[in-house]
Amino acid sequence: MTGRKDVIVVGGGHNGLVCAAYLARAGRRVLVLERNPQIGGAAVNKEIAPGFTVPACAHILHHLHPRVISELNLAGHGLSLAAKNLATIALGRDGRHLVLRGGEATPSLKDLSPADAAALPGFHARMSRFAEVLRPLLTEAPPRLHGMNRGDQWTLAKLAWRLRRLGRVEFREFLRVAAMNAADILEESFESDLLKGALAFDAVLGTSFGPRSPGSVFTLLYRLAGQVEGRSAALALPRGGMGAAVEAIAAAARAQGAEIRTEARVARILVEDDRAAGVELESGERIAAGTVVSNADPKATFLSLLGAEHLDTGFVRRITNLRMNGMAAKLHLVLDGLPSVPGLSAAELGERLVIAPGIDQLERAFNHTKYGEYSESPAMEVTIPSIVDPSLAPEGRHVLSAVVIYAPYHLKQGWEAARDTFAELAIDTLAAYAPDLPERIVARELVTPADLERDYGMTGGHWHHGDLALDQMLMLRPVPGASQYAAPLPGLYLCGAGSHPGGGIMGAAGFNAARRILGDGAA
Amino acid sequence: MTAAPYKQPLLETPLHARTAPLCLTGDWAHWAGYLTVNSYRTVEQEYFAIRNAATLFDLSPMRKYRIAGPDAERYLNRLLTRDVGKLKPGRVGYAVWCDDQGKVLDDGTVFRFGPEEFHVYSQERHLNWFLDSALGFDVTVTDVSEDIAAIALQGPQSFSVLQALGLTGCAALKPFDMAEFTIDGLAVTLSRTGFTGDLGYEIWTESTHAVALWDRLMAAGADHGILAVGSAALDLARIEAGFPVANVDFIAAEQALRATRRRSPLELGLGWMVDFEKGHFNGRRALLAERGRAAGYRLVGLDVAGNKPARDALIYHGRDTVAGFVTSAMWSPTCKRNIALATLKRPFETGNQALWAEIYVKKEGKWEKVVAPCRIVERPFFNPPRRRATPPLAY
Repeated sequence: MTGRKDVIVVGGGHNGLVCAAYLARAGRRVLVLERNPQIGGAAVNKEIAPGFTVPACAHILHHLHPRVISELNLAGHGLSLAAKNLATIALGRDGRHLVLRGGEATPSLKDLSPADAAALPGFHARMSRFAEVLRPLLTEAPPRLHGMNRGDQWTLAKLAWRLRRLGRVEFREFLRVAAMNAADILEESFESDLLKGALAFDAVLGTSFGPRSPGSVFTLLYRLAGQVEGRSAALALPRGGMGAAVEAIAAAARAQGAEIRTEARVARILVEDDRAAGVELESGERIAAGTVVSNADPKATFLSLLGAEHLDTGFVRRITNLRMNGMAAKLHLVLDGLPSVPGLSAAELGERLVIAPGIDQLERAFNHTKYGEYSESPAMEVTIPSIVDPSLAPEGRHVLSAVVIYAPYHLKQGWEAARDTFAELAIDTLAAYAPDLPERIVARELVTPADLERDYGMTGGHWHHGDLALDQMLMLRPVPGASQYAAPLPGLYLCGAGSHPGGGIMGAAGFNAARRILGDGAA
Repeated sequence: MTAAPYKQPLLETPLHARTAPLCLTGDWAHWAGYLTVNSYRTVEQEYFAIRNAATLFDLSPMRKYRIAGPDAERYLNRLLTRDVGKLKPGRVGYAVWCDDQGKVLDDGTVFRFGPEEFHVYSQERHLNWFLDSALGFDVTVTDVSEDIAAIALQGPQSFSVLQALGLTGCAALKPFDMAEFTIDGLAVTLSRTGFTGDLGYEIWTESTHAVALWDRLMAAGADHGILAVGSAALDLARIEAGFPVANVDFIAAEQALRATRRRSPLELGLGWMVDFEKGHFNGRRALLAERGRAAGYRLVGLDVAGNKPARDALIYHGRDTVAGFVTSAMWSPTCKRNIALATLKRPFETGNQALWAEIYVKKEGKWEKVVAPCRIVERPFFNPPRRRATPPLAY
């Protein structure tokens, strides 16, 4: 055994680092163990060709919590944004694109559909109001429904009060809308396929749902509940890539006294007298600690690192049944120049580009996943971060990073057989909007859910550590019995995206977990 | 076995060809999907045969699970509350298993055949739970219920019947011992176990041998008044033995609609079967927490004044306070006592309070109320020395 720690954090993802920083700030001796040479988990940079850096997995900051940013002084530790409040541009096949900035009725929308332009601000205001009701829940442990303590009752009471304050009409609308599917509410609100497709895309990203799957509205609300520098649902790109954002969190953690070790792969969590007692690394090294916090996903934490034998069968069943098969692939391209998209300026190419021409196309793309197939006409979220952040590529050249759905983890023919054809399919999809793109490609990489599982240890290659859907949210996340960060095994906690409030580069799960651990007087 | 069991909702046991002609009453019952005999002729005659002669009971509907593999012992220690490591090969143990909340899912018997092989026998089906509990263990769990038939040979003369069959080797079997034997060329596993609280054995064999085994036992027992008995008579014997039955004396945790009907082993008076020292097992954390506070309920044996069986009676403390309820009751002809199994709420389970059973008796079409004083007594109610004598006496 090497020197005993108060807390070991298994996994140096952004949530693990946030948790470590807060625990160290409270005076705990904290050690973070990351299996890869780079810290950051799925929020890391990757050099895919000399001089070309892409975000290896997560590529947009949706959600990094303002409280985390200020309390950990992340700006002082190097966090800066290359772009914030990115517009979403829904690409149209005819060169008429739709620029969306929150609930603004932008000129392009007025041009596309005056009726939708009139309806969008009201729709957005209503959704934001509903999201506002949910937002404070992000930094609170979700209340238990059974065996509540005063804190749980207070949290629920506050939620009830916020709902009540909506007023009778809005409260009724909230109840009607919250469990609907995204397609239905979009169909009843708008007429333009392009607008509906772009909004539906946000409702299904991070789930194994299509726009017509029940509960998909909830995912949309959840996305709106995030904020960047106080702006609801604003999107941002960190300067220096996603890796730089995580480096800032790591620097903050180190400044508080946390120790971070890379290439230290945890083989298992040690148990003594029915308590987490430390970890054993794959090297055989054992490190003792009073508290173990896992940034790994719930399945990996409980079934691989801890072992089902230390848990009750009912709990193991719930963990086994967690829905966490990744549905997204990443496409990375090195380009020898900016592609041209007819109808878009060079600056506009630096915004968030969405290819989701309509609800039907998205639903059809989703249909394939039910049968273990990838979408033949995938939907995409594209960024070219080198436009706003020249440090990512040599001058005049660019990197493109795209999330491509649907790319199911369980693919019939296996991902090795499908990698090239799916990459080409994604490139063809892009080329339909940017005809000169294929000839600008110098290098390409497709990262499949299978790769994500292997490289980052995320079960099912699911970067949210489990579908962000109504049945796996709040007090149900990841499963009843572990939803307040404490695992059934005393001394073991969860702090990753598998816990409330879930995935996205948010840091709230790490923050909540740290608060729970300190509140328990553990460590 | 029929090709399409869904066309025949109730299955026949491997002994149906023998039990059906004997069942003169047509008094059938359902057990785990099988048609089983409740009484063959008269319950009284069958009950007295259990206590005075030798009896055969078709035990085949018992669910039987084979647990084998390098982790079999570790697996069972996670599944069951008791320490299976203390069970030696050739021994049988009574066991219960709990859900995450420490509430009993069922009880049963564990047979240890070797270092890495066990069988678990229970009244209800548990394959799902057993398989889901096996995740992470190098063990195979197989439902062998259909492969193995079983006959309970119970009663003071049961040893004599085995002697008549030439099984001299069984004299050395102590209670809860088991061993392999052959009866006229039929390979059997013989365990000195049973549900009657008396001298008795259970005989396990391949289903295809069941009828032949039954015939041999009947022939050998002819001079000992051997009689086929049904569930009704057995139920009387088990009340005297003080054994609780799932879904009668408590509700199996998975089937309880009301959370307050589920019981922990501590509440059932089975705390002696919970080994907190052996490492983790299902429900351990919940039971540890429960151990730290007073139990909400306790299953007790009651001695009720008078001779009216206190079936389904409410138990009162004073005039108005309901202290609990009776789940099984009978006038015990052997003990000459009016006995019952009851669940008492805290703080009435301690035995210091005056308790009354409110018994309703139907006398020729009219219900009459009898209020009988009762007191908590030790179980089993009936516990004769012949149950334990080794070698058994040849009655």
